[in-house]
Amino acid sequence: MEPRPRSFYVLSAFFGLFVLFLYGPTLTIGILSFQGEGGGLTFPMRGVSMYWFYDLFEQQAVGDIWGSFRRSIVLGLMVMVTTVVVSVMGGLAFRKKFAGSGILFYLIITALVIPSILVSLGVGLLFSQSGLNVHWSTSGFGAQLTWTLPFGLLIMFAVFNRFDKSYEEAARDLGATPWQTIRYVVLPIIAPSLIGVALFGFTLSYDEFARTLLTSGSYNTLPLEIYGMTTNVTSPVLYALGTLTTLFSLLIIGAFLALALLSNRRKARAGSDAGKAV
Amino acid sequence: MVSPLAAVLMFFLVMPIILIVIVSFWRATEFSIIPAFEFDNYEFLFGSNVTYKVFYNTFKYALITWAFTLVIGFTVAYYLAFHIRSLTWQIALFLLCTIPFWTSNIIRMISWIPFLGRNGIANTTLMSWGVIDEPVEWLLFSDFAVILAFVHLYTLFMVVPIFNTMMRIDKSLIEAARDAGANGAQILWNVIIPLTKPGIMIGTIFVVTLVMGDFITVRFMSGSQSANVGRLISNDIALLQYPSASATAIVLLATVLITIGILLRFVDIRKEL
Repeated sequence: MEPRPRSFYVLSAFFGLFVLFLYGPTLTIGILSFQGEGGGLTFPMRGVSMYWFYDLFEQQAVGDIWGSFRRSIVLGLMVMVTTVVVSVMGGLAFRKKFAGSGILFYLIITALVIPSILVSLGVGLLFSQSGLNVHWSTSGFGAQLTWTLPFGLLIMFAVFNRFDKSYEEAARDLGATPWQTIRYVVLPIIAPSLIGVALFGFTLSYDEFARTLLTSGSYNTLPLEIYGMTTNVTSPVLYALGTLTTLFSLLIIGAFLALALLSNRRKARAGSDAGKAV
Repeated sequence: MVSPLAAVLMFFLVMPIILIVIVSFWRATEFSIIPAFEFDNYEFLFGSNVTYKVFYNTFKYALITWAFTLVIGFTVAYYLAFHIRSLTWQIALFLLCTIPFWTSNIIRMISWIPFLGRNGIANTTLMSWGVIDEPVEWLLFSDFAVILAFVHLYTLFMVVPIFNTMMRIDKSLIEAARDAGANGAQILWNVIIPLTKPGIMIGTIFVVTLVMGDFITVRFMSGSQSANVGRLISNDIALLQYPSASATAIVLLATVLITIGILLRFVDIRKEL
């Protein structure tokens, strides 16, 4: 191997600073959430305790944290499943040109770039003007899909751009029906990327704020609840909640990444699964 | 196959936008909104100095954030793509950069409080070094904090597409440039940057639209002292002035779409996936 140029070390330092910049603040509130009972929002630490975590579990005067956490998880799962299914179907459909495919593609891009407050405002108005109640599981759900679907679809477009069509041709030549081709050939091949789509679907929904703001109705999701707390809670309990939700997010991300790694390994080890399909 | 997708976009994107257009011509009283067809909302919007100031602010945030995210994002992506030699490490470090994207933005904003506050880490450190004598007030709740938060939140959107295009650059091109006598800076300027342009453009589109459409970062990080268009809209919404909020939203949407339209002239997104 050729020796490292000097720029390597300069850039390594830059990268290290960048990672510190990304994670430093989150780590800081992680540390500060163990602030002692009399401590405030900044250093110095006045002792180390779990006080603020207990506080989070005991008093419910600030709002309905656990209810909103439950709602966020249910909504995240709903959005995740829908995103995966609709993105795969969309990805398959977009492999061929069809009437309106150009318009639909630009709609997907629009959904990606449209200011989130427009979706919130528009969906909110749509429901209120047509006499429907805004609720996190209906209007909130739909508003979030406009954010998760473009990501899911872009991943699927990237996957199918690299997809070797000869596998499908082989399946067809062997007499597989279109459905069998998809079920036993296409889906197993793209399965690892679907884990990525699912990760995007769940986490983007779980953390979404702006699109749910006017569309969730009277029951808050967790990000809305946290935002509400920022205006009236000035104790480290805010950090405790932040630390817990970040840990939960990291847990979810870790699980998805492990799943992706596992499925890649299995694929590499098992090699061909010819003959096991039907 | 494509009908669920079309249905979702129809019902939750197209119809809401159409409704916003319609409502922007309506009239508002203190308690309700009344169907009408009048241009009062737009006249008021374009007649007010606040509008121009707020749009100027929006562009200012977008431009400054874009410059910082581009420089940082490009450097990070360049390091990952050309200086890290094993694919496993590349993927691991790339994931390290993307993980924050999957965590909550609001918490990432909150987490700047202990840094930038009056008695925060930045102030105490600077004072102990003797750089300043008393706490600097403009760290938190200022334009500085807003842009810092934007850069913190959105640099990933630059890193990912730029890294993606860089990984597809044929390494033999760089070798050829070196054989032809180009030095490092020349290779960077004449080979790598031109070939990375599509990634830069996609990152730019993300960052510019996210910043222009934002309302929560500006509100939180400026302590309600600065405003951009998003905040103008959300203030109107809070006052139940939906028609005027809608008119502002339509002008914002048009601005964003025109900006994107210009940027899209430089890149074919479908080819880059």
